[in-house]
Amino acid sequence: MRIITLTAAVAASLALFAGASSAQVTDPLVVDGQTIVTSAPAPDFLDIDEVLSGWNFRTAETRALQTDDFENPAMIFVDQALDDWDTAEGTANKACADCHSGPEEFAGLRAELPRWNDDQGALFNMEAYINFCRTERMGADSLKLAKPRMDAMVALLSLQSRGDIINVAIDGPVADIWERGRELYYTRVGQLDMACANCHEDNYGNMIRADHLSQGQINGFPAYRLKNAKLNSTHGRFKGCMNNIRATPFAVGGEEFTALELYVASRGNGLAVEGPSVRN
Amino acid sequence: MKNSMLLAVCASVATFATVQAGEVAPADVAFDDYGAVEMSLTGVAGDAENGANVFKNRKLGNCLACHANSDMASQLFHGEVGPVLDGVSDRWSAAELRGILSNSGNTFDGTIMPAFYVNDGYVRPLEKFEGKSILTAQQVEDVLAYLQTLSE
Ligand code: HEC
Ligand code: HEC
Ligand code: HEC
Repeated sequence: MRIITLTAAVAASLALFAGASSAQVTDPLVVDGQTIVTSAPAPDFLDIDEVLSGWNFRTAETRALQTDDFENPAMIFVDQALDDWDTAEGTANKACADCHSGPEEFAGLRAELPRWNDDQGALFNMEAYINFCRTERMGADSLKLAKPRMDAMVALLSLQSRGDIINVAIDGPVADIWERGRELYYTRVGQLDMACANCHEDNYGNMIRADHLSQGQINGFPAYRLKNAKLNSTHGRFKGCMNNIRATPFAVGGEEFTALELYVASRGNGLAVEGPSVRN
Repeated sequence: MKNSMLLAVCASVATFATVQAGEVAPADVAFDDYGAVEMSLTGVAGDAENGANVFKNRKLGNCLACHANSDMASQLFHGEVGPVLDGVSDRWSAAELRGILSNSGNTFDGTIMPAFYVNDGYVRPLEKFEGKSILTAQQVEDVLAYLQTLSE
């Protein structure tokens, strides 16, 4: 009883200090009994205090879909990827399952991506790892980026790290790429002449017409969007935002978007992997 | 009366030229030190009714994306990125508003508000918008006329 009153009092006083912006929750996200953090102190290199998952900015109805895997429409695609996992392909006639014990083998991986691949001397995201196995180890075609089969496989592998705290390295061999990503994040582009930061750093929490602006975090990717009823990749989302400001998007899978992915991922250090999430 | 004569002149000139006669090109807009623009961009008085349409149209001004405006209470979804525009003509003169509309960056350094009458210097614009301003000179004058109706 006492606790309830206190909590209510604290909530009320906090509300006094909150701006006029739209309601924004920071409730914990609980999926099938597992609590997934959706807010955390911001990494040192950011000027903001707190990092917030996009989950906090969605409506109660949209959020509810993500709290139950039977309701989460993304899980249909995860099931499709499980079939793919067992399908032999390529000149080696091998399936993922022939070399990997199961998708669980990749628990924790999503929380560290993208990261430097020493053997290949390049920055690798999940898509790059998947396609590397396909082309170099299976003798199969690479899966097309930002297309259903790839997005589904990324969702399956991301799910293995759900709830894990994102901890993307930004120093060492990736330092220059990270710096490039940072520069892209703050560069104004397009006829509307805006940078990612104008919306996702300066204005998160504000409504932009019908959209409640989030921090543009990628901890929830791939994301199932109600708007297009499919999984959406990180680069696909970046592309959409650039189109909206009437800018020519960089190439999906290209150097710029991969650098941007590293930088944006690092802005979410401290948040948890949510992929596959549900967004509007 | 005078306006309709001017309009008639412009219309006849337009049939022969791609640039409207008497229109100030984006690069020639004269901003004062505070970002205001004294001279009309077209010489043709703005049409407030069309200005209201440009204001709410998502493909044109899309001003509601960032600004709430009680005069358009019937429109769903008003943004909160910029200030509420109720009574805006009490706060700013016509010249100041023309300046804010043409290139808000001259009035508000580093603002997120797009420059509506600028047609070059963009970084990676989509091809179909290359060399084009978001609004035409007359649309700027029309929105200005509409903003001038917003007083309290
Ligand atoms: C011929 C064997 C083989 C096949 C088939 C194969 N892999 Fe791999 N995979 C490897 C090896 C070897 C590595 C590198 C060693 C390691 O980290 O496990 C690897 C690494 C990976 C990694 C990076 C793991 C990490 O922690 O760095 C991912 C992700 C991955 N594979 C996914 C897949 C997927 C998805 C498929 C099916 C499309 C697949 N692999 C098919 C052999 C294979
Ligand atoms: C005009 C404002 C605007 C700009 C500029 C912008 N975005 Fe967005 N972005 C949005 C809106 C609106 C959404 C959907 C609501 C939300 O999550 O903020 C969104 C969503 C996102 C999301 C999905 C977040 C989630 O949790 O689902 C990511 C990631 C993102 N943006 C990244 C970027 C990047 C990277 C850039 C720069 C290349 C950028 N955005 C530029 C408006 C913008
Ligand atoms: C992307 C968001 C955005 C859009 C779109 C936008 N504005 Fe703005 N506007 C702002 C912001 C933010 C400010 C406050 C200035 C600053 O940046 O400090 C502002 C300021 C203004 C002001 C000064 C208001 C005052 O009371 O001080 C006027 C007038 C104005 N805008 C009109 C418009 C009109 C008309 C349109 C459409 C043609 C428009 N804006 C589109 C963001 C926007």
